[in-house]
Amino acid sequence: MAEEFVLSIFRGDAEGGEEVEYHVPRIEGMVVLDAVHHVQAHDAQDLAVRWNCKAAHCGSCSAEINGMPKLMCKTRLDEYQGETVHIQPMRTFPIIKDLVTDVSWNYEVAKKIPAFNPGVAAPFHMQQWDVDRIQEFHHCIECFLCQDVCHVLRDHHEQDEYYGPRFMVKMAEFEMHPMDRADRIPQIKNEGGIGLCNVTKCCTTVCPQHIHITDNAIIPLKERVADRYYDPIRNFFRKLGGKDENAKQETPT
Amino acid sequence: MAQASQPGLNRPKTQAGKMPYWVEPVFTIIAFSGFVIYALWEVLFHNMGTYHNYVSPFFSPDIAGWFGLHILTALYVAWMPLIFRFSCYYYRKEYYRAFSFHPFGCAVTEPKSHQTRHYNGEWKINNLHRYTWFLAVFVLIFLWKDVVQGFIFSNGFGVGIGSLILLINAILLTGYTFSCHAWRNMIGGRKDCFSCTTTHGPKQKPASYGIWQRVSALNVFHGWWAWASMFSVWIADLYVRLLMMGVIHDVRLF
Amino acid sequence: MNIETMETHSFDVLVLGSGGAGLRAAVEAASEGGVSVAVIGKSLLGKAHTVMAEGGAAASIGNLDAPDSWQTHFYDTMKSGHYINNYRTVEVFAKEAPSRVLELEQWGAVFDRTPEGLIMQRAFGGHSFRRLAHIGDRTGMELLRTLQYKAISMDIKVFQEVTVTRLLMDGSRIAGAMGYYRSDGHFVLFKAKAIVLATGGWGKLYKVTSNSWESTGDGAAMAYRIGADLKDMEMVQFHPTGMVWPPGVAGLLVTEGVRGEGGLLYNSEKERFMVRYDPERQELSTRDVVARSIFKEVQAGRGTPHGGAWLDISHKKADFIKQKLPGMYEQFLTLGDIDITKQPFEVAPTCHYQMGGVQAQAETCATTIPGLFAAGEVACGLHGANRLGGNSLADILVFGRRAGIAARDYAGALKSDVTIDESVVEAEVARVLEPFNRPDGENPYAIHEELQAVMSAHAAIVRSEDDLKVGLGKVLALQERGRRMGTSGSRVYNPGWHAVFDVENMLMLSELIIRGALERKESRGGHWRSDFPDELPEMGKWNFVHQYSADGDRVQRVPVPEMPPVLAEICARPVAPGRESAAGTSQVPPRKG
Repeated sequence: MAEEFVLSIFRGDAEGGEEVEYHVPRIEGMVVLDAVHHVQAHDAQDLAVRWNCKAAHCGSCSAEINGMPKLMCKTRLDEYQGETVHIQPMRTFPIIKDLVTDVSWNYEVAKKIPAFNPGVAAPFHMQQWDVDRIQEFHHCIECFLCQDVCHVLRDHHEQDEYYGPRFMVKMAEFEMHPMDRADRIPQIKNEGGIGLCNVTKCCTTVCPQHIHITDNAIIPLKERVADRYYDPIRNFFRKLGGKDENAKQETPT
Repeated sequence: MAQASQPGLNRPKTQAGKMPYWVEPVFTIIAFSGFVIYALWEVLFHNMGTYHNYVSPFFSPDIAGWFGLHILTALYVAWMPLIFRFSCYYYRKEYYRAFSFHPFGCAVTEPKSHQTRHYNGEWKINNLHRYTWFLAVFVLIFLWKDVVQGFIFSNGFGVGIGSLILLINAILLTGYTFSCHAWRNMIGGRKDCFSCTTTHGPKQKPASYGIWQRVSALNVFHGWWAWASMFSVWIADLYVRLLMMGVIHDVRLF
Repeated sequence: MNIETMETHSFDVLVLGSGGAGLRAAVEAASEGGVSVAVIGKSLLGKAHTVMAEGGAAASIGNLDAPDSWQTHFYDTMKSGHYINNYRTVEVFAKEAPSRVLELEQWGAVFDRTPEGLIMQRAFGGHSFRRLAHIGDRTGMELLRTLQYKAISMDIKVFQEVTVTRLLMDGSRIAGAMGYYRSDGHFVLFKAKAIVLATGGWGKLYKVTSNSWESTGDGAAMAYRIGADLKDMEMVQFHPTGMVWPPGVAGLLVTEGVRGEGGLLYNSEKERFMVRYDPERQELSTRDVVARSIFKEVQAGRGTPHGGAWLDISHKKADFIKQKLPGMYEQFLTLGDIDITKQPFEVAPTCHYQMGGVQAQAETCATTIPGLFAAGEVACGLHGANRLGGNSLADILVFGRRAGIAARDYAGALKSDVTIDESVVEAEVARVLEPFNRPDGENPYAIHEELQAVMSAHAAIVRSEDDLKVGLGKVLALQERGRRMGTSGSRVYNPGWHAVFDVENMLMLSELIIRGALERKESRGGHWRSDFPDELPEMGKWNFVHQYSADGDRVQRVPVPEMPPVLAEICARPVAPGRESAAGTSQVPPRKG
């Protein structure tokens, strides 16, 4: 077994840059982030990397390892035995420096989502089997790897038209909450741009929390949008009955 | 949003012990193309799909016959499963990846030509997937009738290779049809709360929850069902066709 | 740098720290409108160390165990803190925790449910009843995420990735803070009528720690420098169960929920040693006891191959483990190649929490500096000598809110605007830029590593006079070297430069921990002296308070506040309130499985 790992880390900023090679001694069970820290402490003090918990709880250390969006703290180096490991910043977001990108766009989107709006006061009576579904979405650590890999944002730069997988999950979390009274379907369809998702499932593939983003969040939301907007028969009956069966109270703003 | 040109690889490197990213879409291209070519040959050049008690899934139900038509009979049936599959959420993934490179693989940079053409997302027509589901169920009922018929030979009950193929085909199609995302929404996915409406008290899980949960469990493997049932239809039809052409002979197991 | 051209903001209430306590304070401060509120975080929003809290939030809601009450929670917390807690802080805490937890549910947190559909509660070390409201093993994340989305839906300005290096005064009262944006290094000045300190702990002082890089004690160090009193600094909690192997993940937290859900501890001789150390509570004893027990087993040669104890939950059903402890399952599978549903795993103590911190009043969280309030791990008073698991998440909710109210009221009552001394700002700019003048200066990473080694060797789980004195000498020497820390490169996202200030703060707090530990000549809670192995009633009457002075740290004994009779009576009971009927049999709820 090799005694060291070879890392090729992108060094640079918005002006440009290049990959620089570093050698890191091998420690059993070491993850990519450990190696980056080693480089920081010994070879390049100013190597910029964002990280917090080093336990896959906070979702800070997102990067592209050998071209795949991953968490550096959760990627074992022994997976890449004998290879040079290329580490680059997330591609979808503007680079600040080295491995750090400007993810502020995500926080702008987050602000657009109306707060949870329960009709009644806690304590709620909810069965575990009723909340299992939304608890899956609560696993999200906001690492934004799904946003990074989503081709709508990554290749087509439709940031103004589509909120991205993370926020589809967030909206699903509120929309499917047994107690939420806000009507979120129009936002999901219009400003949220759910139609831009073509269910190619890369978000699900890269999710470090194994959330079934496409199958359990986006597609069910697409179906709810279809219920409301694209189902002529339901529309007909809705008009006939004079009531909107999907209608919940509008969110107070 | 302004984008500077970003560093990074244009496609992920293949990790040791794992398949390269292009294997899946290339397989999809080959399999889909093969099936479509086969289906065209079958639909356009044949008017019959029955061999004794075996009916090919391409020709069932005999809608053309109901109207007294005898030409291109498979066309009257084939469009139903075709649009069901075309609007299927799983197939969308496969064809958007393999045929329109949106994207070809995860973290694979899309071709240059995509930069000049505006990306508009999905076709809105796909939202009608729910209606195609009913068509698929309609066809499926007849396929189960054919399964039963496949076990009844001129001399009574029996089991042939063909009967088993038709049976397996019907099972796989049923799995595929009832793991559908649109069906999952119809059967309960659109509800936020199951316990809120139950009449058996809040602790009892209502039947609708049980069904939704089972559909959800099947749904996890929707892609598997999709592939398996596509191949089973292919094999079932080919089997009947080869019997009709006299290339092979059915084996009666008992 | 000219103060005129510096980016300047004015707020009524400025919250330092975007973890649970900080966000809860901001939400409260902004809840009535008319008060401008800002939150500053060293990281991105939603990444604070609160996400690492796993087990749950302790609140006597009594959904599973109806006899639970605030009195029992009070009793447990005082007992676990070995009675050097501020009783009034504990009282406020125990009474208010349930409504704070319910409030979270109102804001969108989805706790695990009981069969009745209410918030599920789990057993935890040192709690007399099943008390921890939880969401699997990621309760802190749920709590932080809920507060994060609550905060952004309100009129609160959030500054992400801003390091504050100094608190500013207007005479004797607080007037603001200054710091720089980590992204490009430009300075920013905040004028504020009131400041809530919610900067968390300083677990990064130790080599083996469950804490994230942020836990460098910035808030406590800054407050200390401007004259706030720090208390109980010697009280450092070592969580009994951190990961041991592989070395890359050593220290990573293994939630107490594993034991709460039925996990058992064994030594290398397959003996359930906790039965020996604490026959009543066994695995669910308090953290100080369990950590010490594991330490002793290893000392006695009964440790696991990598120097820990075995923790085993594989007697439970795999599905149960995956549902209740999904994060742990995943963590061990990906990082340690261990399937915890099938096999036991090694655990050893890891630095986890600081009971000590900025002295804060119970009702208002006010510190000794007018206008400065402290909440959460940075504050001191609630946990005494040992924190109960689950009390920190409830702590940040209860006192985050109280600090928010107090800061809002204080700022509202303040007639005049604050003024800031320009020369102080200019001097601080010069100080912060100084490391760039020393590109060949001391490497902050190296100093940090050495500090961790010193603290781990001389002031960790077991301490003694001689050891502490040697440690103190080493820390003082490191402080001297620390003055020559340097960095190279630009101000754009330069972690080497950022580290200089983190390390400065840690060097200062390390000294206080050792000085406090030298003063407390007894063993109590998290503080274990091998030369004074017993808990001494005389020492239990005192807290040690640290004050900054030009010629070094001044440690003073101040009396632990005396409880009024009604509370003293609760603490004096032989069994916890509500458990009287069970007293004859066992002190703990029956262990399932």
